[in-house]
Amino acid sequence: MRRLRQWGPGLLLLSPSLILLAVFVYGLIAWTTKVSVSDEHNALGSKGFVGLENYTKLFTEDINDRFTHSLKNLAVFTVVFLVGAMFFGLLWAFILERGVKAEGFFRTVYLFPMAVSFVASGVVWRWLMNPNKGENAGGLNAVLGGLGLDFAQSTWWTNPNWGMASMAIPAIWQLAGYVMALFLAGFRGIPAELREAAAMDGASTYRLYRNVILPQLTPVALSALIILGHMSMKMFDLIMSVSGPQWLTEVPAIYVWQTLLTSDYAKAAAISIILLLLVAVVIVPYLIYTNRQEKNA
Amino acid sequence: MAFSPVKRTGFTRRAAVAAVGVAALLTAGACGSSDDGGSGSGSTKVEVFTWWADGGEKAGLDGLVKQFGTDCAGQTFENGAVAGGAGANAKSVLASRLQQGTPPDTFQAHAGAELQDYINAGQIEDISADYDAWGLKQAFPKGLIDNLTVDGKIYSVPANIHRANVVWTNKKVLADAGITKDPTDLAGFIADLDKVKAKGIKAPLAIGKDWTQLMLFESVLITDLGPEKFTGLWSGTTDWNDPLVTKGINDFKTLLTYTNTDRDALDWTDAEKLVMDGKAAYQLMGDWEAADLDAKKFTDYAWFTFPGNGTTFQWLADSFVLPKGAKNAEGTKCWLKTVGSAAGQKAFNTTKGSIPARTDATPSDYPKYQQAAMADWKSATQVPSCAHGSACSQGWQGAANSALGAFSTNQDVAALQKALATAASQFVKK
Repeated sequence: MRRLRQWGPGLLLLSPSLILLAVFVYGLIAWTTKVSVSDEHNALGSKGFVGLENYTKLFTEDINDRFTHSLKNLAVFTVVFLVGAMFFGLLWAFILERGVKAEGFFRTVYLFPMAVSFVASGVVWRWLMNPNKGENAGGLNAVLGGLGLDFAQSTWWTNPNWGMASMAIPAIWQLAGYVMALFLAGFRGIPAELREAAAMDGASTYRLYRNVILPQLTPVALSALIILGHMSMKMFDLIMSVSGPQWLTEVPAIYVWQTLLTSDYAKAAAISIILLLLVAVVIVPYLIYTNRQEKNA
Repeated sequence: MAFSPVKRTGFTRRAAVAAVGVAALLTAGACGSSDDGGSGSGSTKVEVFTWWADGGEKAGLDGLVKQFGTDCAGQTFENGAVAGGAGANAKSVLASRLQQGTPPDTFQAHAGAELQDYINAGQIEDISADYDAWGLKQAFPKGLIDNLTVDGKIYSVPANIHRANVVWTNKKVLADAGITKDPTDLAGFIADLDKVKAKGIKAPLAIGKDWTQLMLFESVLITDLGPEKFTGLWSGTTDWNDPLVTKGINDFKTLLTYTNTDRDALDWTDAEKLVMDGKAAYQLMGDWEAADLDAKKFTDYAWFTFPGNGTTFQWLADSFVLPKGAKNAEGTKCWLKTVGSAAGQKAFNTTKGSIPARTDATPSDYPKYQQAAMADWKSATQVPSCAHGSACSQGWQGAANSALGAFSTNQDVAALQKALATAASQFVKK
């Protein structure tokens, strides 16, 4: 009874959000899973259970290997996006941390692209990344042509092999500032005593960063990777506004949408579940890691 | 989310946590959506669900509504238009409303195979009896009636007809290249393309992304297979592995070499602009291009049917249906009657830039291009279009667009044929 009094009020306060989560997140995940193992391929509804057939078909029988192609696109996009955003974020944070004039101004400048929606920036980047070269060039290619750098002109996202790397450029532009803010907070969170102690021990600036400061930033870097990683996996709006839905730049989230438009609910559900698992592969180890960290602390 | 300049010491780990939290909230909030179910409880309201929200389409709808007001006194029109995405947004809203059992009183759908999904799902009513009562079987050409009929039943009333297999040209560019006659077969077309190319126009045939490529490909198939075998591709009587299809793909591949390399980045209006600017000589597009060119005040254009198609008229149509469980079925029927009537078709089509499905319309009411199309509509062979849903279901259309998109980059003839054959085996009516 005393126990109940101890955790009862807390549970009562939490219960609305718990119920909402149970219904709208976990309940719907369960529902999607159920649809994904059914044969609900049109508006007629389901006729029965087909096991994992929808999943295996995605990998073996999809026309032109459409699904594996979308996974490949997603992989290229994610790698370039994560590496680019982390690199520029860390670089800017480092420069600001070393002390430049008008830090507040630069911080706002770098962070501001994040305030723009992917849809709005996507429309602008669609124009910037105009794939025409030479005399018909537009956007960035025209700028490059004007500077006499014709060799650097690119077909951007219409390149069949590396197009998705170009698609990551707007995403890097938007989120590198966010990574910078995270790292900057990380730098500022390191107690001054540590720096002083390192200085007392006669550490060079390189040693200071390599052995004292950067190790302290690992949790920040991990958070940044997780946040960007799960955004990247679910990328939809940016690609929809730069290229529209089409084979060349299709990723699983867009494939889900295209499949839903044709009322193939079972297939769309199967792709969604695979996407969920992909994100879970990234997020769950992180949750376990932080949980352990907190217990140790 | 603009960060106000914070003092050096103030910008801490706690701020970072807050930033992370806000970002998470923003991501979650982005998923929210709201679609209004619409009311329509009154028995005299007719909710008409379309994706005609602006431009010539909206003007056409307004004309139709006016006619509806006179023909169906006592009924009130309620506009249920959902804008955007060339109908994609409307279709997703419609799908959920149909699933929930709260359909609009009538909705817009491409006539032909695209209706198949709704018919299979038992979501729309058979209106064959009304066709007889309204005399529509005599008013529409037989080719169209055959295409609309599924297992002996008709489910929709087409409001208009568009033609897909038309090539639009820039007269000046052609004159500069010394081309005076329209080509009548593929070889002649390619010879003309070479002539234009010799004048320094690198990409004489303008084209856009996947579905515009599918339109060109379909026109080539009509030429290589003939109208009957072409229609058979979609009904299941012609095999996609036929060597004539291989020839069609190869011809299509040849034509692609005359097109702009940035095709996947362009929509049809961007390709149209290439023709208007004289950077290209030809574009294959549906005949809504005539209305669009007129609206853009570009007059130096001409057109011909895709070379080798002969008199074949590749049609697509917007049509209206009677959903099962419509609240005001009587009002819907009156709407459908208006849509099919001579006055209704005139009110709609003279403003939208399409032609009436009826063969008894007066040509002099219409602009120049439409008059020619109306004459062809009466006499020509009618074949459906997959890119616009009259030949194939939405799933098939999606698969075909994707396959054409892949072909645009890899140019793999065998892979395209295999992909299309597989799509046919999955989607053809069984």
